[in-house]
Amino acid sequence: MTEDTSVRDYLRERFFPHMWCPGCGHGIVLNGLVRAVKELGINKNELVMVSGIGCSSRISGYVDFHSLHTVHGRALAFATGVKLSKPGLNVIVPMGDGDALSIGGNHFIHAARRNINITALVMNNRTYGMTGGQCSPMSGVGIKASTAPYASIDNSFDCVELARAAGATFVARTTVAHVNQLSELIKKAIGHNGFSVVEIFSQCPTYFGRKNKLGGAVDMLKAFKEMTVPLGSEKKKGNPALFERGIFVEKELPEYCQAYDQVIARAQKR
Amino acid sequence: MAKRLKKHEINQDWCKGCGICVAMCPKDVLVLDKEDKAAVARPEQCIACRLCEKTCPDLAIEVFTEDSDSEGKR
Amino acid sequence: MAQEICFVQGNEACALAAMYAGLDFFAGYPITPSTEIAETLSARLPEAGKKFIQMEDEIASMCAIIGASLTGRKVMTATSGPGFSLMQESLGYAVMAEIPCVIANVQRGGPSTGNPTHVSQGDVNQARWGTHGDHSIVTLTASNHQDVFKMTVEAFNIAETYRTPVILLFDEIVGHMREKLIIPEQGEVELVDRLRTSVREGVNYHPYLPREDGRLPMSDFGGVHRYNVTGLYHDMWGFPTDKAEVVHDLVHHLVKKIDYAANAIAHHVPYYLDDARTVLISYGSSARSALSVVEHLRRRGEKIGLLELQTIWPFPAQLVREYVAKAEVVGVVEMNMGQLINSVKLAVDDPRRIYLINRVDGRLITDKDIKQTLRVIQGEGV
Repeated sequence: MTEDTSVRDYLRERFFPHMWCPGCGHGIVLNGLVRAVKELGINKNELVMVSGIGCSSRISGYVDFHSLHTVHGRALAFATGVKLSKPGLNVIVPMGDGDALSIGGNHFIHAARRNINITALVMNNRTYGMTGGQCSPMSGVGIKASTAPYASIDNSFDCVELARAAGATFVARTTVAHVNQLSELIKKAIGHNGFSVVEIFSQCPTYFGRKNKLGGAVDMLKAFKEMTVPLGSEKKKGNPALFERGIFVEKELPEYCQAYDQVIARAQKR
Repeated sequence: MAKRLKKHEINQDWCKGCGICVAMCPKDVLVLDKEDKAAVARPEQCIACRLCEKTCPDLAIEVFTEDSDSEGKR
Repeated sequence: MAQEICFVQGNEACALAAMYAGLDFFAGYPITPSTEIAETLSARLPEAGKKFIQMEDEIASMCAIIGASLTGRKVMTATSGPGFSLMQESLGYAVMAEIPCVIANVQRGGPSTGNPTHVSQGDVNQARWGTHGDHSIVTLTASNHQDVFKMTVEAFNIAETYRTPVILLFDEIVGHMREKLIIPEQGEVELVDRLRTSVREGVNYHPYLPREDGRLPMSDFGGVHRYNVTGLYHDMWGFPTDKAEVVHDLVHHLVKKIDYAANAIAHHVPYYLDDARTVLISYGSSARSALSVVEHLRRRGEKIGLLELQTIWPFPAQLVREYVAKAEVVGVVEMNMGQLINSVKLAVDDPRRIYLINRVDGRLITDKDIKQTLRVIQGEGV
């Protein structure tokens, strides 16, 4: 008996090979995402993928779900309309780091604040890849980019802390070098009834890697293993520069669409 | 129930030869061939962990397994 | 529901009309002088089991209604100048992706913050060209509450028929003044629902392939057809393309879809135009003053008439040309530095007889203002 692990059924195969560079981490996210959806057994007709603009956001074209490829930074606002209008749909929103946290920062905050049952995947490759490798708010001080030829002076910030403070009830982080954890966290995020955020470190070997002399895709994946530790690890105390992987927030609070049903109930009782 | 490798199917159109599967394989099963595409060099070492299948950014690898106890005992 | 008579603000009339038309989902952000639309709907929508959400800004509001529309709902947002400026990018998305939605802009003083509580008609050309790229757009307006109601319902009908955003361009005077409104019985006014595909599950559905009659059947997100929606140039399946022939056809389609419908949706009210030698053209609250002038001067025997436009875009050029054919003087009455007048001039062979009669100080243009300007035009001084 052979186990069926094929995810072909969840892909729009006619568009493969996809447009991402050889070794791009976003392909690994796509891989983990369709595996998670398959394991959850979600009906394809009940899944809407809403993305913004950028290499990350192209992911929505490759999956055989309802797909909504919107404008830069606003995917969560479109997704809020989809979800509130038809709460029975599973809404997944893959976005790049610039898309979600730069131009999209405000919508990220408010989707989290509302705790609306949407799964946000922040595919963080610390650059704007599609447009040629400009620095992003996640690049960090000292990084070289096409718009930071003398190295960036811009601080980055912690996406996990922002999500937590804004009110997200499921917040996790992993990298594309940890594929089992990747699928697990995406599964949990989709299954969570509330606003879920999974920050996924992904590599852009073509721009971020090359401009900062980080080697190729394989080197960058090895670096993800070296620069991250499981949440709670002792190593973090000794080296604060390490990033923790795991689930940072997981709690049950009133979900927005369900809370709105109460508004309807109150309005109709009068 | 233990699984063992039946075969790898590597889609030659989709594989972009990034070498990630080669590097991630814990048992050095895969190589890049002369066309710079992933290929199976040492199938006998494969432990069917599926890291190649799950990590491939091109979704080009499918790992087919069969039960090592393939005489029907469950 | 029986016919109902009420005394309301124009903004409320708009909100009540949207409910009448079957509004399912409203997303908006407070901005004077449109906020009453959102406030009214925040109560009415949940009463009807429908959805209301105040989003974090106008950009998010426009995006949210597009998302909701794709799940098969009738949707609307409301704003004023500064918010309308913010909405332009996603409004263009709705044009490109052919998504039915209604956007109300209750005009105020501009540019920039201008004056939130005073009137202007300064957004006429922005409604036409606010979003980038070649496109055509539908924009309706009204001068009184009964017509606010009528045009709001019509906006939904046009949006659903042509799969397009429709702008309701009202102004602060109409929005805030109180007037009698008669809400028709349900069923009295025809309501249009979007055409949905009859293609069965498993059969190829093309979201952007027009039928022979030019209409584009839709399929709701969550239904049996999984397709792509994008703001990029796209093929009939909704997937991005840059093939020259496809792009050419798409750009032509987006523009002509609306332009060719111009005559069918050219709502207007003619007053005393049959023998008019002087024709006033106006819209919105300016038209109320213009009508007052026409009625007064007619009583004195002057051959003057008013063409009140309710459809501004696509500009009803043929209609205007016919109505002013015999006029010696045409006065375009608007509260801006001359916006609609440019389209009037382009529509006729001899634009030298087209004059601007305007006021831009935040106050309603009065019949006295109009009469004074007419006398100057006619060489009679002030």
